[in-house]
Amino acid sequence: MAKMYLLNSLFLNAEDLQTLQDSFLPLLKGVLYYTIPLTLISFFAGLLLAVITALFRISGVKLLSGIARVYVSIIRGTPLLVQLFIVFYGFGNLGVEFLKFSPFVGALIALSLNTGAYASEIIRASILSIDKGQWEAAESIGMSYFQSLKRVILPQATRVSIPPLSNSFIGLVKETSLASTILVAEMFRKAQEIVATTYQPLLIYMEAAAIYWVICFILSLIQDQIEAHLNRYIK
Amino acid sequence: MLSMKNISKTFGSLEVLKDISINVDQGKVVVVIGPSGSGKTTLLRCLNVLEQPDSGAVTIDNQTIDFSQKVTKPAIRELRKQTGMVFQNYNLFPHLTVIENIMEGPVTVQKQEKSTARETAVRLLEKVGLGDKADVYPYQLSGGQQQRVGIARAMAIDPKVMLFDEPTSALDPELIGEVLQVMKDLAKEGMTMVVVTHEMKFAKEVADEVVFMDGGYIVERGAPEEVFERPTQERTKKFLNLLQH
Repeated sequence: MAKMYLLNSLFLNAEDLQTLQDSFLPLLKGVLYYTIPLTLISFFAGLLLAVITALFRISGVKLLSGIARVYVSIIRGTPLLVQLFIVFYGFGNLGVEFLKFSPFVGALIALSLNTGAYASEIIRASILSIDKGQWEAAESIGMSYFQSLKRVILPQATRVSIPPLSNSFIGLVKETSLASTILVAEMFRKAQEIVATTYQPLLIYMEAAAIYWVICFILSLIQDQIEAHLNRYIK
Repeated sequence: MLSMKNISKTFGSLEVLKDISINVDQGKVVVVIGPSGSGKTTLLRCLNVLEQPDSGAVTIDNQTIDFSQKVTKPAIRELRKQTGMVFQNYNLFPHLTVIENIMEGPVTVQKQEKSTARETAVRLLEKVGLGDKADVYPYQLSGGQQQRVGIARAMAIDPKVMLFDEPTSALDPELIGEVLQVMKDLAKEGMTMVVVTHEMKFAKEVADEVVFMDGGYIVERGAPEEVFERPTQERTKKFLNLLQH
């Protein structure tokens, strides 16, 4: 009896195909309305935060590098799930109107802060990997610190940082599924809702997994393109 | 034109420059020689404040920076605009094409129109014999060609003085000649130059004054024929003897 059930659940019958088809549109909506916007916005907000944090860290100003260290330490030292709960449930419960975020905004804040901390270490390492002679050459033609950074150092650091940043980006796509726990109607929460009505956990969760995989696969193709472009000046 | 007065520099407990003074008149070429660790590269780097001296003063054209007082960044940048620097390892910007390398200073720092900067860059490229290499990336050039681009990049900001930090030390022997030739041409045109080098033949031919450094001091200085043919100091004799073997 148990064996029969296992076999049945592994092969798709007509009814399963119908379930897959019916669930695809709601899942896709979750992707388009929440998973992708959440990923994109928090990645670029996080990246901005990361560059600022990295510059603070290498500034040589004790106060600034101290702020950067504390921020990175707190974010890296605590689980993302806990950060999501603090931002959404914790701050939301303070009774301060300003800190009552919608699920989507709460998720954006937590994911951006999280990405910013991890990516700042990538940016910092990339900047430090550029030969000191490049700074000197830039300064020798009269450039200021920020001109050197913008025109000479960051363009080269970008090339170095693309593989690890792509890792962060692809990781972030999947981490948005944690936003389901604070009621964001992203794809994984949709999947859970569908499972609640269809009682088909294996089927639906596999479908969700497949969609995540397709997104990440496309992203890795884009990564290849960017790398090829940025490697044009390397032997 | 250019002078360095009583410059001292220490790295930690190591005194690299001890009360160094030099003067370079307009259009003159000064070649600094000496064993490695003698402080000659540091001396050159103090001239455009890539190293900040602990005390003393540097004057270029009419601008003086006194290092015994607080030195501001804008003052340092102003000084650097008067100097072109050529590095041992070229330090070209690898992500920019040859012509973009040369235009970078004029466009980003001096806010020149791109078209004006491009014209100057093309002229400079032709001058260093690389008119056909404008649109390639540095990695596509030989070391000698890269260094000639380095000279063109330094010249593009229209400096009053050119500083050369062992410009041929990283080059294969057969590529040294082409770089020295460009430097000789510059000297002939009346460029004021300070050159740190191991190329004694170049020093003899081009230098107006040779400065021999050892242990952070200027041991001996004078016209090349004096320093090379009739050195008065024991250490100079020893150093020149070593080079002949």
